[in-house]
Amino acid sequence: MKKAELQQEAASIRRSLFDQGYLDEQFEELEGLRDDSNPNFEEEIVNLFYNDSARMINNLERALPMQFDKLDDYMHQFKGSCSGIGAKRVKLECSRFHECCAARDAEGCIRTFQQVKHEYTTLKRQLQTYFQVAKQADA
Amino acid sequence: MVCEMEHDLMEDMDIEVLPSMWPEDIGTDAGKQFNIEKPGSDQDMLEEVTIVEEPTIVDFKRLMELTNYTDRGSTQLTYFMKYLEYKQANAVRLLREELDNLSKQRQEVELRKLKILEEHRFEDIRYGDDKRPVSILDEVYDIWQDRPRRKNDVVVQNKGIEIDAEYDTVVYWKQRALHLEKLLEASIQREQTLIEKLEESIKNLERQSTPVEELSQILKRADNFLHFILQNAPIVIGHQDKELRYRFIYNHFPRLQEEDIIGRTDVEIFTGSGVRESQDFKREVLEKGLPAKREITFETELFGSKTFLIYVEPVFSKAGETIGINYMGMDVTDQVRKRERMARIREEIAVQKAKETELNKTIHITEETMRAKQMLATMSHEIRSPLSGVVSMAEILSTTKLDKEQRQLLEVMLSSGDLVLQLINDILDLSKVESGAMKLEATKFRPREVVKHVLQTAAASLQKILTLEGHVADDVPIEVIGDVLRIRQILTNLVSNAIKFTHEGKVGINLSVVARPNFGQSEDGQQKISGDKSNVSVSGLSEEKYFSASQNGSSDECRSPVKSERSRNGATEEQPHSTETTVCIRCDVYDTGIGIPEKAIPTLFKRYMQVSADHARKYGGTGLGLAICKQLVELMGGRLTVSSKEHCGSTFTFILPYKVSIACDNSDDPDDKLSDMEKDDAASDDATQGFFQFQPRTLGSLFSSNGSTRASTLRPQKLGLALPHNLNGFSQNSCSLPSNDVTSNGTTSVEDVIRVTTVTDSPEMSESGSSTTHKPGTENETVVSRDKCAQLQNCIACREIGVETKPSKIQQSSETQEKDNRTCQCVTSRSDSTSTVAKPPLEPKILLVEDNNVNVMVARSMMKQLGHSINVVNNGVEAVRAVQRRNYDLILMDVCMPVMNGLEATKLIRSYEETGNWDAATKAGIEPSSSTSDLQNSEPSTKRMPIIAMTANALSESAEECYANGMDSFVSKPVTFQKLKECLAQFVL
Repeated sequence: MKKAELQQEAASIRRSLFDQGYLDEQFEELEGLRDDSNPNFEEEIVNLFYNDSARMINNLERALPMQFDKLDDYMHQFKGSCSGIGAKRVKLECSRFHECCAARDAEGCIRTFQQVKHEYTTLKRQLQTYFQVAKQADA
Repeated sequence: MVCEMEHDLMEDMDIEVLPSMWPEDIGTDAGKQFNIEKPGSDQDMLEEVTIVEEPTIVDFKRLMELTNYTDRGSTQLTYFMKYLEYKQANAVRLLREELDNLSKQRQEVELRKLKILEEHRFEDIRYGDDKRPVSILDEVYDIWQDRPRRKNDVVVQNKGIEIDAEYDTVVYWKQRALHLEKLLEASIQREQTLIEKLEESIKNLERQSTPVEELSQILKRADNFLHFILQNAPIVIGHQDKELRYRFIYNHFPRLQEEDIIGRTDVEIFTGSGVRESQDFKREVLEKGLPAKREITFETELFGSKTFLIYVEPVFSKAGETIGINYMGMDVTDQVRKRERMARIREEIAVQKAKETELNKTIHITEETMRAKQMLATMSHEIRSPLSGVVSMAEILSTTKLDKEQRQLLEVMLSSGDLVLQLINDILDLSKVESGAMKLEATKFRPREVVKHVLQTAAASLQKILTLEGHVADDVPIEVIGDVLRIRQILTNLVSNAIKFTHEGKVGINLSVVARPNFGQSEDGQQKISGDKSNVSVSGLSEEKYFSASQNGSSDECRSPVKSERSRNGATEEQPHSTETTVCIRCDVYDTGIGIPEKAIPTLFKRYMQVSADHARKYGGTGLGLAICKQLVELMGGRLTVSSKEHCGSTFTFILPYKVSIACDNSDDPDDKLSDMEKDDAASDDATQGFFQFQPRTLGSLFSSNGSTRASTLRPQKLGLALPHNLNGFSQNSCSLPSNDVTSNGTTSVEDVIRVTTVTDSPEMSESGSSTTHKPGTENETVVSRDKCAQLQNCIACREIGVETKPSKIQQSSETQEKDNRTCQCVTSRSDSTSTVAKPPLEPKILLVEDNNVNVMVARSMMKQLGHSINVVNNGVEAVRAVQRRNYDLILMDVCMPVMNGLEATKLIRSYEETGNWDAATKAGIEPSSSTSDLQNSEPSTKRMPIIAMTANALSESAEECYANGMDSFVSKPVTFQKLKECLAQFVL
């Protein structure tokens, strides 16, 4: 593929990520932080996000036999990370999880947790595609 | 033989069956009321039933009378008689027939006898002629021919008479005679037997039961059936005569003896409610002659409360006159009770349902209201942010070169913007109080200073010729504990309100201690309700700030709890107080204004209410001010009242309880002996001063109309005149600040001032108010500075002015003229930028406390782009340790963190700043690191480190919490480049 096409594709993936609500303006903030010394800033931070998220989801899963306080704490952290990179939809699900947690709704927690994971994996997949295409375009 | 015959006859007659034993009218037709089985078919049935006979009490005589008189009784009797007659006739007929038979037989016998005799004579005549043997009974056969079937039954001795003797001999005749004799004898014998039989049969007949017996048996059976049926029926059956005296009563549950009832009336028998009614009812039936039913509730001693369904039927004589009543009553108490209960339940259900609908309605309305309120609050909040942007930008715009017309437009724009901001702040305040989200601080403060500062502020913005005065009674403690911000807000609000509606005379504040809150109120008042808040908020604050800056912080303690303890003017500051008591301080805000019409007082404290539309037009305002005051006072446990006289003035009074720390300092400020209030010197901070007065200045204050009309709405143009010693007017400026921001504001302003004066050495700053002459020069400088500044820095500076408004405003306002303000501002920013560039050591030291890697990385990168490097720690404990090692110019503190959260860490840091030691931290388990002490000592913490909260839930209460814990501001997550820049601009640059 030609570079221009790749760029175009990357742009369209990116746009669709925004359009579908996977990402919000915070991601643009990250993009704004990219500079010469940090050409892949978004990707780096997103990778950091993956690592953190994997840890936190693991934590959450261990706390899932309904230790609500712990769940709340972990989810708060996770939510912080999400909002840090602008993962809008995951964040939204995190908020729902919080509500269930606050309501001591065990079923709701499990359900929303599944949603969180689902949104997270979807986002991860999409972002990976995006970064891959973007990298190719840059190359 | 005869016997048999008789029996047969009897049987034949039996074929005529008896008619029904029972009178016809109670016969077996359909619809009959009385069904009874034929006797005999099952006698046993009733035998098993025990029938108690006592209950029936009958006046038999009366019954006889009745049967004689009444139709019904007579028909019954008639039938009875008919039946009897019939039976008798039958019996008679039978007997007669029997008799007939017998007499016939006798005739025959006699006839034969005669014949025989004749024969003998005949034979005597022709004796010897005819020897033919004759059977004497041959002819007799004919008699019986009528009953052929009996023939065979008849035993006839038809053997021929055998005579041994020779015919016609003497012997023969003798023998013959003997023989006949024998026959005769036999015949007589037979006759006798028949007679016996007859007698026997008659006897039999007699022995048969008499009809009376039979009838009485039947009656008895009927009676038994009735008993059987009635024995458990809860009914009373009775008959009463014309005078309603009982003649018969059947009561299954008798309570009274016969003699107690028979011959008496209801009223004579019972007493209690219902008795009279039943009597009357019976009488009514008696008179009308028509049967009727009624339910009557009796409440008698005899059987308690019972309800009976009574059926009363008149009884007529044959002549058609009523001679009494039949009466049947059934106990329906249970049914009635059930019915009533049902009715009650139904009623309750209906009521319940009505209530439910009502409640639902209310809930609905409440929900709607809540939603509307929430909506309003949210909207206000949402509006505030962009609006403050607009206003700030307009302010920046006003610093640029504009022609006169543009400037005027801009000023209108600014003043309108500020008004809207104020209004929104009011709404937010109000909804915060109402939703209970408003939290009160417990701060140590000096009431006298509060009063003074409020008046000072008011005086500064005064545009009328009014005297402002304050009296503080001697017994008012020097320091009390309460939410000074809110109290100041209330006072400022009331005072500005008073000023607004007072055209001449004075406005004042009285403080006195009262024993007990006696919430005096007065209704004769009248006055302005409009809460004009434009001048309200917390203006005193910045003023104090300023004072503290210039006066070595002597009056700092007024501001916030933390502060009050850390004032470092070398004076004997208060020791940690050991005892606390509560004192009630009454505060009156009086004026000599237009007063409030009485009718308006009830609505005075309602939201959006003003005395009249006229007032609203004339005086402006939203009508929120007093509502907020009232809510705040009530929130603090007091009550706001008003007394007013139209055209004479009004007094608003509130009494609030405050805690008093007894151990608080009673030493005056050592460095300030000067309590001359005439001078209005801010420095004159005599803690015990009890009277303040701000006289109107009539100088040509109006000359201050140099273009900045904007200020006129918000602050006095003539502040220099009103407060001649006011070195810089930023107190006024801050009037328009949202109260929320006050805290951070104030702090910053102090630092700003300090920084400006010490670092920049800018001459303009130190001497404000006189800069008119600098005008051209400063403007040039502005341009220069812009050029010089890196674009970024410039931008930040601008933003500082704009969005953050407070610090820049404070600086700006140091002059009465906008341009000059701007000059200052620009000088500041320029000098800052140069200093950053020129003196690397001055690069701000920034600490980020954040546990989330992603956010750390984001923040770090952003800071890098802004040209700052930052230290990062991961939790509150590490943050405290970091602060122990060195001072920071800015701390960005995540609120939610493991180990120790941001709020706690901030508290510890603040405590250190106040006390100079880390005791609190040690108590919290954080051992000071070894390297701490020297650094600490080398750089005594004269400065309050700005701590910015980073919070994920940007709700107002969490902001409140941040402030309450000593944070200066907060940014909501996710942190953006923009927010960070603004923050840096506000607190670092």
